[in-house]
Formats: sequence, structure tokens, C-alpha cells
Amino acid sequence: MDLSVQNVTKVFQEFKAVDNVSFEVQEGHFFSILGPSGCGKTTLLRMIAGFIEPDLGVIQIRGADMTGIPPNKRPVNLIFQHLALFPMMTVAQNIAFGLQRQREKKADIGEKVERILKRVGLPGFGSKKIDQLSGGQRQRVAIARCLVLNPTVLLLDEPLGALDLKLREQMKVELKKLQAQVGTTFIYITHDQSEALVMSDYVAVMNQGSFEQVDTPQNLYHKPGTPFVARFVGDNNAWTGKIRRCDNDGTAEIVTTEGQGFHTKIDGVFQAGDEVDLFLRPEAMLIQPDPSVSGLNRFEVTVRAILFDGANSRLLANPHDSDVEMLIALPQNRQYDHIRENDKIEIGWDVKSGICFPTSLHENA
Amino acid sequence: MKYQIRWALIFFLTPVLLWLFLLIVLPHIDLLLMSFRVEDDYGEMTWSFSNYMNFFNEPIYWLTFVRTAVYSILVTFLTFVTALPVAFYITKVASPRFQGFLAMLLLLPFWVSELVRVYGWMILLRESGVINHFLLRLGILDRPVEMLYNDVTMVMGLVYTSMLFMSVPLISALESLDNSLIEAAYDLGADMWSILFRIIIPHSMPGIVSGSIVVFMLTLGNYLTPNLMGGKNSLWFTEQIYNQFIASFNWNQGAAFGFLLLVLSSLVIWTGLKLTRQKLTGVIK
Ligand SMILES: Nc1ncnc2c1ncn2[C@@H]1O[C@H](COP(=O)(O)OP(=O)(O)OP(=O)(O)O)[C@@H](O)[C@H]1O
Ligand SMILES: [Mg+2]
Repeated sequence: MDLSVQNVTKVFQEFKAVDNVSFEVQEGHFFSILGPSGCGKTTLLRMIAGFIEPDLGVIQIRGADMTGIPPNKRPVNLIFQHLALFPMMTVAQNIAFGLQRQREKKADIGEKVERILKRVGLPGFGSKKIDQLSGGQRQRVAIARCLVLNPTVLLLDEPLGALDLKLREQMKVELKKLQAQVGTTFIYITHDQSEALVMSDYVAVMNQGSFEQVDTPQNLYHKPGTPFVARFVGDNNAWTGKIRRCDNDGTAEIVTTEGQGFHTKIDGVFQAGDEVDLFLRPEAMLIQPDPSVSGLNRFEVTVRAILFDGANSRLLANPHDSDVEMLIALPQNRQYDHIRENDKIEIGWDVKSGICFPTSLHENA
Repeated sequence: MKYQIRWALIFFLTPVLLWLFLLIVLPHIDLLLMSFRVEDDYGEMTWSFSNYMNFFNEPIYWLTFVRTAVYSILVTFLTFVTALPVAFYITKVASPRFQGFLAMLLLLPFWVSELVRVYGWMILLRESGVINHFLLRLGILDRPVEMLYNDVTMVMGLVYTSMLFMSVPLISALESLDNSLIEAAYDLGADMWSILFRIIIPHSMPGIVSGSIVVFMLTLGNYLTPNLMGGKNSLWFTEQIYNQFIASFNWNQGAAFGFLLLVLSSLVIWTGLKLTRQKLTGVIK
């Protein structure tokens, strides 16, 4: 167990920035903390790095209690949101900084700096100044500067936030590969769900200071534990409604506030008359399903707009006689090229794709 | 268009150039010429190096000169050492609401003239002064001591007078230092001293050098503080110049001394810039 955080709370003037958070990270894992802006991610990370002391709770690194240990004595390193490379030093001096603090021999330092520069794909960049580097290169220097110290845990605070989209996509893959190579435990903070899903072994979804769910990316996507997770991770179509009837096979009939009737699977205990939130992924909706397929909720929608975005194209549509907007995945296999705006098309979704939550859970979303 | 800009330039630049020329360049040329002239046996003015030779032949002159230079460098260094923590506290530690107020406190003593400030020190430090009075009352001393008129007091007075001119450039240099650089260094295992010497001082170098130049020049050319707070033995070179001009009425000798002081300050500043690898234009910015 590389990192264990137990019941950690931090209050800023009555405001609970981090509220009773507990989690554990296994050695060598890529662990992400995903949450909207201001939910307390940076505060949590700075507590692990040692810049802030928690008001309550314990942080342990490899079993050692970190209470009262300053950042320069902790076996963790932090990559800052804006990287914080030292502009007065060269790339090599930046990377050597931490090694010099550990009083390593000069020859060893030179060798280690060379090796880590090669590892992050910047061989021969040692004598460059920081302002001569591109955004992606700076990123790599910041990572090298921490990794060269062999930290038990590497903390990263939205390090890709300042990069443009193309570079971000590229760095995402590179970072994941690098982590797999060096095997260091990474704790990665982001508000970008795609970063978290692509890179992580485990993702914690954070909201208003506390964790909503800690799970693998696949589970977060397919089995969200709370309405907040369902809304925040990936796109979802949402309805509110009432349960009309529960069946014995774990399904129920639901009537939405717009009066549409659906048949969906349910997890947990529900009774007829319960208020529920129903979520459905855009790709769970099938366009013009074959009439022979059974077990589908079928209904008619009016196409409002075609949102073309390559492999991620969607239809924006209104269900029959209502102005609820919903997103429908539009596979780009040329099968649906005939669809135009204001067309009426039939949509179907499988009973097993629906995700239901009691509405009371809705309040903290 | 271009023509208009040219005229505007001339219009605005003329007063500055005139001021520079009439008040600075012209008198200096006159002084320079004067420093090479002496009265011969017949009361005629002739060209000669003897004003400069006097300086080297008379130990009291060049000893005072060296003393002044060494003490000015010392004062500059001490001012830096005292001003850095103050500037660091104001920019990085104090809460933003108090920063302006604290900077004001630094400025406050400079609303009264240097003379008044020096007399303030004298009231505190002299034999019958406030500090002696309290020390006697508390029984720590049984006889009043003279705290004025020695080198230590003089250096302290000079540091006090120079504080503002070091703090202001340091504050603006530290304000531009990103806090996360300090945190990153701390996170990478640095202690207080390596953060100071590897991060804070290299970042503030332009501010340090410009503050040091101002403090050094002001201290070197200070007349009041060394004269009033220093003792009979703490001669300052400006006093020698004053003596030549006013007491001996030997303007030619005074002019030579003045030029030696100018050469000295230029030399020390040039060496300082070379040592810290700064450029004068960069520092002024
Ligand atoms: N030193 C502080 N004093 C008072 N409140 C603070 C302090 N630091 C953070 N906060 C508050 O705590 C909350 C969480 O801040 P934090 O920086 O952890 O958010 P975040 O999740 O990192 O957001 P972002 O994604 O925008 O970086 C914010 O509402 C912020 O205003
Ligand atoms: Mg943050």
C-alpha cells in the first residue's frame, strides 16, 4: 500500500474544502481524482504533499504516518498546475536540483540527469533554458525533475491543463506509457473526465469536498454509483419520473414527468410510487432498431440537429410531443446518412441499459 | 506623420537634454579643468597634476578614500541583509490586506528630512539620551555610555538611511516571484537556505543590483550622517571634499577629490555588475 488517506478533513473558515475523504492506492497504480472546479482536489493533493496539514484524519505513505512531516522530508513529489520550473536554471540544473539537495555525488547526478532526459524523450536538452522549450517539452522536464528523485508517489495537479487539445491528447498517452515503464505510483488530479478515464487504473470522483465513488474507469462509466457520477462521467440523458410497477425480474415500469412510459432494469430496493432519476447513455439508444428485436423501449423522436463530430457524432432530438432534449449517438457507418433535421425517426433502447436512482440522492448532485 | 513624430521628440527631449547639459555636463567639465590647474609661485594658474599627486602623497587623503569605499560596500551589504527579510515578509508572508500598510511604514521615516532623522538618532543615543536614561533606570548601567561618534553607530545610521532604497526594488523583484517556485523547491527537498540561495536571490538579482547601486552611491556621497554620527576618527571622503571647497577654499584640490570619488563609484559599480553578470540597462528596467 503506497498511500493511505483516512478520514481526512480540511476546513477553511467554516468552509469544508475536503470532507472526510478516505482512500488507498496500491503500489504502481495510476490513480486519478476527478471533479469539477473548486471541489477540493488541489487542497487534498497539497495535504498529501505536506503543504497543508489536515484538520482531521491521517495520511500514511508506505505505512509511515506523515503528520507533522514537512514537504521537503516526504517521499512524494508534486507536479504543479503551472509546472513551476525554475526559469533561472537550465533544464539539467532543474532536474539536478532535487538530487543536489540529497547531496548525491556530482558524477552520479550528471549520469542520472542524462538517463531521465532520455527516458522522457529529451536527450541532449540539458543545456537549454526553460524559456527555449515548448509547452510539451516543459511538461516533460517537470515530470523528469520529479521522477529522477524516485518518489514513492508522484502527485500531478492538472499538469496538462495549459496545453492545447492536440498536445493534450498526445501527452495523455505518453504519460500513461511513462507511468507503466517507471512503475511509480501516480496520483493525478483533473477536471477532464477523458484524461481520467484514459490513463487511470482507478478513478475517484470528487464533489463538494467528498468522494462520490472510487472505481475502475469501466465501472464508473457503466455502473455509476450516484446521480452525480452518472452526470459527470460521460454524457447522459436524464429523465425524472415515478415507478408505476416493480417486476420480479429486477425491472420496473417508469412514467416520466412528460408522461412517457419506459421499462428498465433497477438496482436496489424500489417501490411503486417512488420518485426516480433515470439515466441513459447516448450510445445506448439505437436508431431505427430492427422490428424483430424484442425487449426494447421504442418511441418516436424528432431530430432537431445533427452534431457531427467524427466518431463522436450525435443527434439532438426531442421525444414525441415534448421539448425534452436528448442526445443520441450517431454511428458513422454511413447507414444513417439519410437522416435530416426535423425527420421523425424511431428510437429504441434496451431494458438493461437504463440506470435508476431514487430522487432523494439527487439533492447532493 | 514621421515628420510630426520627429518634432514631438525634439519638443519633449529638449528640456531633458538642456537640463542634463547645463546642470550636469557643463559644471563637470569645468570641475575637470579646474582639477588640473594649480596656482604657481607667482599666483598664476598653470596646468598640473599636482592636485592628484597630493592625494597619493598624503596618507590621510587616500586612507579616508579607501575607508569610505570599504564602509560604503559594507553598508550596502548590511542594508541588503536587513532589507531582504523585510521585503520577503511584506510580499510573501503578510496577508495581502496588510502589504500596502507595511510598505507605507517603510516609507514613513522618509517624510521627514535626513537631518531630522539623524537628530532623532542622536537624541536616542547620546550620553544623556533616551536609551542611556532607560538603561540607567533599569540598573543595567551605572554610568552613562557615549553611543554616538563611533563607526558602528555611523554604519547603523547609514543602513537606516538607505533601507528604503533597497527595500523598494527588492519588494518589486519578490512580487514577481511565483510562490509555486518556492513551493516546488521545498517539495524537491530544499531547506530554507537552498531556497534562498538557489531561488530567491537569483530571481531577485536585478532588484538586488539596482538597489545596491543606489544605496552604494547614496552612501558614498552622504555627508550628513557620517559627519554627525561618526566620531572624530570616522572621516568620510565627502568631508575632505567639503574641507577643500569651504574650509581651505582650494577649489582645484576639491575638484580633483570630487573626480576621484566619481571614478571610485564608477569602478565599484562596474566591478559589481561584472561579478553578478548583470547589465546596467537590464538593472535599470
Ligand atoms: N487557503 C484557502 N483559504 C480559504 N479557502 C480556500 C483556500 N484554498 C482553497 N480554498 C477553497 O477551497 C475550495 C477548494 O479549492 P481547491 O483549490 O482545492 O479546488 P480544486 O478542486 O483544485 O479546483 P480547480 O479545479 O479549479 O483547481 C475552493 O472553494 C476554494 O475557494
Ligand atoms: Mg486545483
